[in-house]
Amino acid sequence: MKLYRAHVLVCGGAGCISTGCKAVLDRFTNEIKAHNLEEEVHVVETGCIGTCDLGPVILIYPEGVFYKEVSPDDVQEIVEEHLIKGRIVNRLLYEQPASGGQIPYYDEIDFFRKQKRIALRNVGIINPEVIEEYIARDGYFALGKVLTKYTPEQVIQEIKDSGLRGRGGAGFPTGMKWEFTRKAPGDKKYVVCNADEGDPGAFMDRSILEGDPHSVIEAMAIAGYAVGANQGFVYVRAEYPLAVQRLENAIEKARAFGMLGKNILGTDFSFDLEIRVGAGAFVCGEETALLASIEGKRGEPRPKPPFPASQGLWGKPTLINNVETFANIPAIINNGAEWFRQIGTEKSPGTKVFALAGKVNNTGLVEVPMGTTLREIIFELGGGIPNHKRFKAAQTGGPSGGCLTEKHLDEPIDYESLLAAGSMMGSGGLIVMDEDNCMVDVARFFLEFTQDESCGKCTPCRIGTKRMLEILIRITQGKGEEKDLELLEELAQTIKVSALCGLGQSAPNPVLSTIQNFRDEYLAHIRDKKCPAKVCRALLQYSINSELCRGCGICARECPEKAISGEPKKPYHINQEACIKCGVCLEKCPFDAISLT
Amino acid sequence: MTETCCQRFSEKQYQELDEVIAQYQGKPGGLIPVLHRAQLIFGYLPKEVQIRVAEGLNVPLSEVYGVITFYSFFSQQPRGRYTIGVCLGTACYVKGAAEIVEALEEELEVKVGETTANGDFTLMVTRCVGACGLAPVLTIGEDVYGRLTADKIPEVLKRYQGTAE
Ligand SMILES: Cc1cc2nc3c(=O)[nH]c(=O)nc-3n(C[C@H](O)[C@H](O)[C@H](O)COP(=O)(O)O)c2cc1C
Ligand code: SF4
Ligand code: SF4
Ligand code: FES
Ligand code: FES
Repeated sequence: MKLYRAHVLVCGGAGCISTGCKAVLDRFTNEIKAHNLEEEVHVVETGCIGTCDLGPVILIYPEGVFYKEVSPDDVQEIVEEHLIKGRIVNRLLYEQPASGGQIPYYDEIDFFRKQKRIALRNVGIINPEVIEEYIARDGYFALGKVLTKYTPEQVIQEIKDSGLRGRGGAGFPTGMKWEFTRKAPGDKKYVVCNADEGDPGAFMDRSILEGDPHSVIEAMAIAGYAVGANQGFVYVRAEYPLAVQRLENAIEKARAFGMLGKNILGTDFSFDLEIRVGAGAFVCGEETALLASIEGKRGEPRPKPPFPASQGLWGKPTLINNVETFANIPAIINNGAEWFRQIGTEKSPGTKVFALAGKVNNTGLVEVPMGTTLREIIFELGGGIPNHKRFKAAQTGGPSGGCLTEKHLDEPIDYESLLAAGSMMGSGGLIVMDEDNCMVDVARFFLEFTQDESCGKCTPCRIGTKRMLEILIRITQGKGEEKDLELLEELAQTIKVSALCGLGQSAPNPVLSTIQNFRDEYLAHIRDKKCPAKVCRALLQYSINSELCRGCGICARECPEKAISGEPKKPYHINQEACIKCGVCLEKCPFDAISLT
Repeated sequence: MTETCCQRFSEKQYQELDEVIAQYQGKPGGLIPVLHRAQLIFGYLPKEVQIRVAEGLNVPLSEVYGVITFYSFFSQQPRGRYTIGVCLGTACYVKGAAEIVEALEEELEVKVGETTANGDFTLMVTRCVGACGLAPVLTIGEDVYGRLTADKIPEVLKRYQGTAE
């Protein structure tokens, strides 16, 4: 491979594309040409570097300098100052949220320094469209290794020994699943990758597919060899067009390089992949629904057993794993089960990727060893809560999960500890909420989501969640009664035990978890008809502070309902009966005399 | 001639559809990929397209209809030139996506699910487009806009207004 004096990594992840990284990339190519640096400096378009809200972001090696919010107009300066004169461009450096101090180097920024990247090992580092870059970082080495040196049983043993558990939600031991599928009788078997990523607020699978698609392809081929399958499917959600495109490209390249197709790497093992694009149904993330969807049917779940390992796609034994689970496989084969076990906790070895979002300074993707505490993730990697607000809760497990509060901040996170805290790992979405988020409203939000996404096949889920949602809406409108809490809990238990699939069974979790941790907030809505976080509009009142009001009358003129009255130069007054809470008066008052309480 | 007449679409569009159908004929699980392509070709999936797909793939029309109504991505109504999808995923919701929806409804004078009178925009909500770090987020076609506030909406829309070919 050609040697360059410097590498410029321009993030080409979906986040940075939306903030204009393509133009930055083009400008780099042009400027480098204009300065005759083509032989010295190599520009690489990578997948998501992880700090999407600072985009477009770039990294310059060998020094490892990280620049944020780079615009095309900054490029000339970076080329002339940094690449030619060796001087760092200070104004584009990362700033520490707490102190405002600048940190030039990637590996000194807490957000990156505290990570341990296994599943994301290549994401943000290589160009996902160039298979040679993957190969240069030991890509397809694991596939070669298993095909020439391991029996399928040895591959399965290695994965079992590693203790890897499914990253798609439930944490089922991956090696065991592979073994079940291998042992299931059947002439034809399939390997399926679940890239439906339904948890709203999680985007690690997207990032892996966009930033390092070959790691998933390689792992699926290894899985095919281990379980005895020659055909695989990747089921990607329709909302991820870029992931589909990069994966398509990678599959073609892999075929051209003999890593997919007939007689892979000259052995007698053959394996090929097809992509199937979802069509906007959350329930299709559930494995039996997903298989129905690949078969071209309505994506409705069916009872288990039989599990897909014995009766999956078209009734054949089928191995189904999540994207992140697969991305770990080549690293485990290359470095050994022992190495993997040393990372993370005893029961949950390895790392987990979290999508850090919501009210936190550094949003983005972080991969940390299992057992890292919530405090480390939110306050060290995440840089704490913006605008000096107070941390209130972190939601994990999406619509199936629950919230963690201050008292959980120092718990090491793994599958078990999250369950014990009344939440779950889920796919790794971690949404941080501050004092301005109302937990009753959040519970309502999740229930509305599951209600919307319920496939309607079973009554507890279809009707039960609807009843629960109605009660929650009542509470947020100030029409709740104290017995509503009991009613919610009762309904929740019934739905949990009687719904057909995981969607229904876990739908009540966000409600139960918020009632458990924020009972007072529910009671404030019910008894005092107040929303302490000032979110539930029906419970808020606009009022005029008579000390601040100068009697200018602007609010009265602007109010669409003529709900404000008064005499010039004297404090005005709002007629609450007539007020529709549009907020116009608050916006227009030049003296900030109107407030929402 | 009534609105629903079969002359709505060109022979070329049907030809394209037939080619897609031929690709998937006899292959199991081809219905959803064919519908995806059909929606790209026609913009939506009206009855006559459903019939063509059912006959081409040799599946009952009721099954085609059942699949289309199950998946929110498939539409039986024509959509505007651009579909706006406001993300109402968790990350966007806690960062005020509901206000973005309100601002759009006001600006475009439509409700969610409707198309503007001039046929420019259809307003939809989506559940997470995977750009949660930039919440709140909306998509227009394949473009993603992040870190939104209600007052940025008119500026974003302006890029698409009056761009009809
Ligand atoms: C309602 C529902 C939605 C799910 N969504 C996803 C998803 O988006 N991605 C995923 O990998 N698994 C999802 N799962 C879990 C899958 O059913 C399955 O357990 C998983 O794909 C297995 O892979 P793993 O063992 O590698 O985790 C979902 C489950 C339920 C009940
Ligand atoms: S605009 Fe403000 S100061 Fe003037 S009357 Fe209204 S509340 Fe009072
Ligand atoms: S919130 Fe709207 S309706 Fe109510 S008083 Fe103010 S301007 Fe009038
Ligand atoms: S997309 Fe660029 S950092 Fe995530
Ligand atoms: S929640 Fe809106 S992009 Fe993920």
